Amino acid sequence: MKTVAENIALGAAARDKTEAVETPFERFRASFFASKVASVALVVLCSLIFVAVFAGFISPTNPYDLAQVSVLDSKLPPGAKSFEGTAFWLGTDGAGRDLLSAMIYGLRISLGVGVMSGIVAMIIGAAFGLIAAYFGGRTENIIMRIVDIQLSFPAILVALILLAILGKGVDKIIIALIIVQWAYYARTVRGSALVERNKEYIEAATCLAIGHRRILFRHLLPNCMPPLIVVGTLQTASAISLEATLSFLGVGLPVSEPSLGLLIANGFDYMLSGKYWISFFPGVALLITIVSINLVGDQLRDVLNPRLER
Amino acid sequence: MMTPQNAMLEVKDLTKNFVKRLDMAGKIAQRLGSNIREETVHAVDSVSFTIEKGEVVGLVGESGCGKSTLGRMIAGILPPTAGGISFKGVEFTAMTQEEGEAAALAIQMIFQDPFASLNPRMRVEDIIGEASVIHGMTDLKERSDYVGDMMERVGLGREYIRRYPHQFSGGQRQRIGIARALAVQPEFLVCDEAIAALDVSIQAQVINLFMDLREDLDLTYLFISHDLSVVEHISDRVVIMYLGRIVETAPTDELFDKPNHPYTTALLNEVPRLDQRGIEYEPVSGEIPSPLDPPPGCHFHPRCPHVTDRCTIEVPVLREIAPGRLSACHLNDQ
Repeated sequence: MKTVAENIALGAAARDKTEAVETPFERFRASFFASKVASVALVVLCSLIFVAVFAGFISPTNPYDLAQVSVLDSKLPPGAKSFEGTAFWLGTDGAGRDLLSAMIYGLRISLGVGVMSGIVAMIIGAAFGLIAAYFGGRTENIIMRIVDIQLSFPAILVALILLAILGKGVDKIIIALIIVQWAYYARTVRGSALVERNKEYIEAATCLAIGHRRILFRHLLPNCMPPLIVVGTLQTASAISLEATLSFLGVGLPVSEPSLGLLIANGFDYMLSGKYWISFFPGVALLITIVSINLVGDQLRDVLNPRLER
Repeated sequence: MMTPQNAMLEVKDLTKNFVKRLDMAGKIAQRLGSNIREETVHAVDSVSFTIEKGEVVGLVGESGCGKSTLGRMIAGILPPTAGGISFKGVEFTAMTQEEGEAAALAIQMIFQDPFASLNPRMRVEDIIGEASVIHGMTDLKERSDYVGDMMERVGLGREYIRRYPHQFSGGQRQRIGIARALAVQPEFLVCDEAIAALDVSIQAQVINLFMDLREDLDLTYLFISHDLSVVEHISDRVVIMYLGRIVETAPTDELFDKPNHPYTTALLNEVPRLDQRGIEYEPVSGEIPSPLDPPPGCHFHPRCPHVTDRCTIEVPVLREIAPGRLSACHLNDQ
């Protein structure tokens, strides 16, 4: 049994603790790192991003420099030595490129495509979603019907059609992914903006004669960010896997800029002849990337959702 | 009657209807003979009154009677369906853009919910100071001094300027809301149930704050409340609303001494008083009718103890029954 004095002291300690955690961001950070799995996923994700950004300095060879590639080294198993004596830790592919280096460069393309398309789609989707929720009426009807139509088609089908029209290339696939994804963001933002816009602080801002644009982006948008961040991470993961799928099917990226998906496709031909590593290792890298992004996204959802407050 | 010249705010035949439009499915069902129809709520129905400079007017009514809608129209948050609001003798719709903005700033609103009315992602400094920087009452350099002054005026320490709303109690948050309104130097405050969400002990403090501010800053108030005892304490004049219409207007003392309208009498019987201990309180009999389908004639007739045949047919007009007193009841004609 605790005495009354102890209870009061505990209460005071708890208050001091909340007092110490000052900004919303600090509270958010503390609850995010409460989960070990999510912390590990975040560390993995950060190292993957680091490797992708500094690919030129980290990878043992430049797989696209033809001077460094020799056909004599093709299809070597993991750990084998090259003709000149350097080791290929994860083996080589059909053209004799070091698989580890190819994966690091491929990761850069995969992450770059996913993040770029995610950010642009988020900006476009968030703007349309906010406008729909804030102005309502006809504007809202038009925007949301377009979103409904867009979301009623499978993403992969829309992307395939778009790429058939646009052709190959990194820029083309980013455009296709943006067009496929913006509707998810628009719908998410509209949902939370509809709740927020009826709160009294928006009325107060109207009453203070603050302009529409400022109310939209300074008052409404920051309060719609939590679900947007969650959808953003999860959608980035699905953009990466969608890009990998498209590349695997051969409609995504050109062979000169292989992503992880294209590397998997390249190794697929040798799969049945026992040379598993050419597809296997890029596949594992893709898996780790997507799983870690999803784990971070799930934890973000748990932390930012007020209804799941523990 | 007061003359419109010195009236600070004049509301004339102000009406607000909320229409729930039929969607596609509804329209098709209607074509096929279903009795689905567009639903119209007459939230505010031809309301007229004036408020003089320096006056505190209490607006009282049960929930759903349209008093918040009326307050929001006056504060410029909701556009009226019909009728006009004049501020200092000029119609809102007849104002130039600058005049309109000046009037919008001069009329500020204090909200009911101290938790929903502050943006949770902004610091107190931004909440209070944002509008006054935009409208040139202060600049970014002097903002924190300006905001600090406002905070001290409403009884908050200026050291809390960097905090977020969630770090304050309900009463303190309501003070932030008041400081936010004061920061744009208003002349007229619409207080929409501004103390209803607070503890009783805090309510008294906030009422006293309103009274002090009125004296210091020469403010005029429209004090919306469902609670007559609060209104009695703070207002000079009381307006009673029932289902979107004004039923009685009178100076506070006279209204509490000699209520005219049966609805006012019924409301007053519910106010707890020290000299009437031990009385069993009976709520006004019957439910407030649905504003979707209000009763014909006098809206109050289904609940009125003095109902006559005339009440069920003819809408009573708001007429002067004594100097400064208006009432809408057929009983006054007898």
